[in-house]
Amino acid sequence: MDNIDWVSVFEWSTLLKCFVVGGLICVIGQILIDKTKLTPARILVTFVTLGAILGGLGIYQYLVDFAGAGATVPLTGFGYNLAKGAIEEVKNIGFIGAFTGGVKAAAGGIAAAIFFGYLASLISKPKMKKQ
Amino acid sequence: MEKVGKQTIKFNTPPSIVECASIVGPKEAEGPLAKYFDKTLEDEFWGEKTWEKAESKIIKETVNTVIQKAGISASEIDCMFAGDLLNQCISSSFGLRELNIPFFGVFGACSTFVESLSLGAICTESFANKVICATSSHFCSAEKQFRFPLELGNQRPPTSQWTVTGSGSAILSKDGTGPYITHITPGKIIDMGIKDGNNMGAAMAPSFADTLITHFSDTGRTPNYYDAIISGDLGYIGKDIAIDLLKANGYNIKTNYNDCGVLIFDKENQDTHSGGSGCACCGTVFSGYFFKQLKEKKIKKLLLIATGALMNSTSSQQGESIPGIAHAVSIEI
Amino acid sequence: MENPTETKKTYQDYVDKKSPNSPILKNCFNAFWVGGLICTLGQIILNICKDRGFDTQISGTIVSILLIGLSAFLTGLNIFNKIGKIAGAGSLIPITGFANSIVSPAMEYKSEGYVMGVGGKMFTVAGPVLVFGISTSILVGIIYLIFNTQNITLV
Repeated sequence: MDNIDWVSVFEWSTLLKCFVVGGLICVIGQILIDKTKLTPARILVTFVTLGAILGGLGIYQYLVDFAGAGATVPLTGFGYNLAKGAIEEVKNIGFIGAFTGGVKAAAGGIAAAIFFGYLASLISKPKMKKQ
Repeated sequence: MEKVGKQTIKFNTPPSIVECASIVGPKEAEGPLAKYFDKTLEDEFWGEKTWEKAESKIIKETVNTVIQKAGISASEIDCMFAGDLLNQCISSSFGLRELNIPFFGVFGACSTFVESLSLGAICTESFANKVICATSSHFCSAEKQFRFPLELGNQRPPTSQWTVTGSGSAILSKDGTGPYITHITPGKIIDMGIKDGNNMGAAMAPSFADTLITHFSDTGRTPNYYDAIISGDLGYIGKDIAIDLLKANGYNIKTNYNDCGVLIFDKENQDTHSGGSGCACCGTVFSGYFFKQLKEKKIKKLLLIATGALMNSTSSQQGESIPGIAHAVSIEI
Repeated sequence: MENPTETKKTYQDYVDKKSPNSPILKNCFNAFWVGGLICTLGQIILNICKDRGFDTQISGTIVSILLIGLSAFLTGLNIFNKIGKIAGAGSLIPITGFANSIVSPAMEYKSEGYVMGVGGKMFTVAGPVLVFGISTSILVGIIYLIFNTQNITLV
């Protein structure tokens, strides 16, 4: 790890843009939770679908270029990633790509969630919230 | 036993509540009523592998405790009424399966305790000499069945209520020295169209008001007749609404009315939002606190009205509103 | 005083007035800084990956896996729900919330066994996310294909 360019890793303007955009996307989610009484599952679905549509329209790409992880880490980014993957595969292999591309692009995240989820259930037990 | 007015039953030989017992979980043990309960648990599993098993153990031990406290043997009990919140009332039937006592499983959501008392009281006027009435609920098993996994990082809205972990039980007898069940007013199902499962108090308050007003008009009594009018688990918001609804019908219950869900937790320090709920809320607060107050004659006339929300997760996913129910039992010494 | 239980509508209006609202300003503030921090953590990982010479796609995947792993770890330690209680959408909306919604039912339903309990219930909360996300991506791919073959460039 001796040759990492720490100055570029911690470049403050990139991180600030990422922080603000990521934070604002979460604030939109919070307003939806508090104002509409949507359940968490519905909020997540709304975000992922919205991300996929905006990704398909090419709009979300601008946000990703601007804010980096601030746009890709929220679930809208997950949707964007799925849509982008589908489009890329369609470009490469045609019709079948629409079916394989999305999941392929998101495979790492989905597989990790399943694997870590199973692992956590093996070693850990749910505990009552004290508060 | 005779019917008075529209839906109230008056007992000619009022059954006596011989003994009560209550066991509560760790959070209730930190609440303001902690010292009144027979036993408080240190963790929500109580040595069992699952919450469902823990809840069964809680109701089983509570019933054993009440039999022991009354100084009788289980064979003297003619029948028992019990119920809980889990699907098909498994806590009660699994917890009580080894007792060898005729068993009626009842479901009235959080109104189960008073529903059991009412049915038990009716039995004592016909065939039974001694009847057990019991109920239980468990925060974790209720969350699992009705809401979300415990480890899910969601926020509870300010209107939400906290399911009480615990169990309450009572033994009724034909003869005894009181306190006596003098009247019961079974409630009607009232649905005012509330759909928010995180605002149960608001969904149940109209049924509370309906049963209370009916009880007053059937018996000719007024709110002042009672030293205390206690609802089951309306919580802070439901209590507020209940006072308003009674006022709109010309009754002032502000001075002697309170709610078990308000009493059982310390709202500020325990972060329970709108207060406690669940079958055990009314069950433990009556068995633990009010029964002792009646025994010590600090309260002489008590009207206990347990409220229930008659819904499940399927009905709310299908967009149904939440029907409420409230059963009243008048307990006097 | 008017009777609020006159009709269902009047009662609903009355209940809405009576019920306290969520402290939305405080919630939004917490959601903002926690959500922002999680994304920034992702950006730092992303920058390190890029610095090590991974391409954008692989770097993004590494970020997802690491954040999901962290979220699963915190969920397993019974810490994530405490963060979620304060942060709300701040920890729900980032990929960490998706991981938490898979890990938490897996732990919860362990008591019903490892196959039908953990395996079967793992996606009770997050399943819809995959269903809608993947379905939308397939539609996007097909629509792209249609527009592209007709020489109408949408993107």
